[in-house]
Amino acid sequence: MADVSLQGVGKSFGAVEILRDINLFVRDGEFVVFVGPSGCGKSTLLRIIAGLETVSGGEIRIGDRRVNELPPADRKIAMVFQSYALYPHMTVYKNMAFGLKFVKTNKAEVDRRVRQAAEILKLSGLLDRKPRELSGGQRQRVAIGRAIVRNPSVFLFDEPLSNLDAALRVNTRLEIAKLHRDLGATMIYVTHDQVEAMTLASKIVVLNQGRIEQVGAPLELYRYPRNLFVAGFIGSPRMNFIKGQVLKMDGVSATIGFAGAKADIEAIPGSLKPGDPVTVGIRPEHMEETGAEAAPLRGAIEAVEQLGESSYVYMKLASGDDVIVRAPGETDAAPGGSYTAHVPSRALHVFDAFGVSVLPNHP
Amino acid sequence: MGMTVRPGRIAVHIALILYTILALGPILLILINAFKTRRAIFADPLGFPDGQSFTTIGFDRVFANSDFGLYFLNSLTVTVVSLVLIVLIGAMAAWALTEYRFPGNTLIGLYLAIGIMVPIRLGSVSILRMMVELNLVNTLTALILVYVAQGLPLAILILGEFIQQVPKDLRDAARCDGVSEYRIFASIILPLIRPAIATVAVFTMVPVWNDLWFPLILAPGDGKQTITLGVQQFIGQYVTDWNAVLASLTLAIAPVLVLYLLSSRYLVRGLTAGAVK
Repeated sequence: MADVSLQGVGKSFGAVEILRDINLFVRDGEFVVFVGPSGCGKSTLLRIIAGLETVSGGEIRIGDRRVNELPPADRKIAMVFQSYALYPHMTVYKNMAFGLKFVKTNKAEVDRRVRQAAEILKLSGLLDRKPRELSGGQRQRVAIGRAIVRNPSVFLFDEPLSNLDAALRVNTRLEIAKLHRDLGATMIYVTHDQVEAMTLASKIVVLNQGRIEQVGAPLELYRYPRNLFVAGFIGSPRMNFIKGQVLKMDGVSATIGFAGAKADIEAIPGSLKPGDPVTVGIRPEHMEETGAEAAPLRGAIEAVEQLGESSYVYMKLASGDDVIVRAPGETDAAPGGSYTAHVPSRALHVFDAFGVSVLPNHP
Repeated sequence: MGMTVRPGRIAVHIALILYTILALGPILLILINAFKTRRAIFADPLGFPDGQSFTTIGFDRVFANSDFGLYFLNSLTVTVVSLVLIVLIGAMAAWALTEYRFPGNTLIGLYLAIGIMVPIRLGSVSILRMMVELNLVNTLTALILVYVAQGLPLAILILGEFIQQVPKDLRDAARCDGVSEYRIFASIILPLIRPAIATVAVFTMVPVWNDLWFPLILAPGDGKQTITLGVQQFIGQYVTDWNAVLASLTLAIAPVLVLYLLSSRYLVRGLTAGAVK
């Protein structure tokens, strides 16, 4: 088991900079999820940790060793690929045992480890099958089994669930979480799905355009996104953004005007001055149908989605901003009508002209 | 589901059938006439042997008057050794050229591509001179060297295409598994490109087995003759022993036929891979 630390890691392909100055520390036993839109460099970063890509600069340490120059095999890592990457001409058993043949493990030990992993992953009955005779979910479990038998310090997962159907994805997600609890190994997991990130991670790393935007526990990112990108990326449906302006600023208390509403918030002293343009963020699920202290937002309903346990109301404000409201339960609202949502000021996120949060309650 | 037969399909099949007759006709002719008396060969070249015309005299003469066993062994040695070398070196070169980026990579690829376009026979004189200087004339080694050089470019091209189709994740997974580059090649790449190897084997073997040119100029000496050259002794300036010629040709066809039947399943898969996914 081991820590992983990245210091000033950068990667360029020719003139194209894929990753810039990545600094990250992953504690032993942590479940870290790299999340970001496609092309943000998250998979490249994982492959760099695995040793499948070289770095253009910086240092990678696994445990107490600098591993920049080590090939993947010597880094004590195991990787699970999106395509599963099972050897098509080998049985499940051989797929799992293949990597052990080269690290001087005796036959009985190999057999014990393979059978144990198969037991954990409910693959015992499938050991003689070839990969093409397995379902997607079974293949995925074999790929995970192949990682387990190597007994690595760090597990690396590269979008392991994206080829599975929705129901299987939830199942496998739970299995991976259980695996992490049982093995207690360090795991680094790449996904573009923020739900996977929220449910699995003990720590989320949000990447965008080759840079780390924010690192933190799932709820920390949800409650205190540091900037517009993280605010928009974490949470589903996406946080609503409305253009606003600073009306008053007095010490830590600011009054923000947006879309005809007003709200008093606490801001970092000196971060705003009257007249500054700001972006106000409010999550769909934090809007309320009624509320005395909340600023009201009124708009025309454009669409309604009824999910049973809740409903999403899509409305357009007079200011032109589009807003999604999550109303609990079923709703009578219908397209063409008008809708009023209340915004409690404690649920407001406010970002300055550079898109950086001005809320003081950052941990 | 109703099958409609399009005119285009019929035309294609007619063309294919005609080609099949054209390609198989001579072989059939050799096979049936090899078992006929000389008189029957000339009287009715297209007729099948019957009780009266059937004879194995050609085969008897081949085995009695020539070192057929030796010719056969020479051909077999040259072909098998060339084949093994071409597939082995070709696969390794293809792996290196497709998997690793190194200076000169493109240049070497281009150089090999030119080898496909320029027929090796253009260099016959220089090759003969070189073999004389190397003291390799009248050895099977000379033939093997030439055939390996002749077969490699196409082998590398075909095998390279196939290696490229092996998903990159597989090699990465193997690397994470701690498998050495040599083992990745031997245990993952080679088994997965078996269809391509079968294709290369057939494409390589047929011209080598059938070649008359290089055996004639590089190894015409006694004891080193290949089967194609050996058959020539029955074709005289004045008298040709057709029974013996046809019998020895029949015997010469056999190994190619066997190899083809063994690998045809892979061969078709190799030729159509990528086209149908």
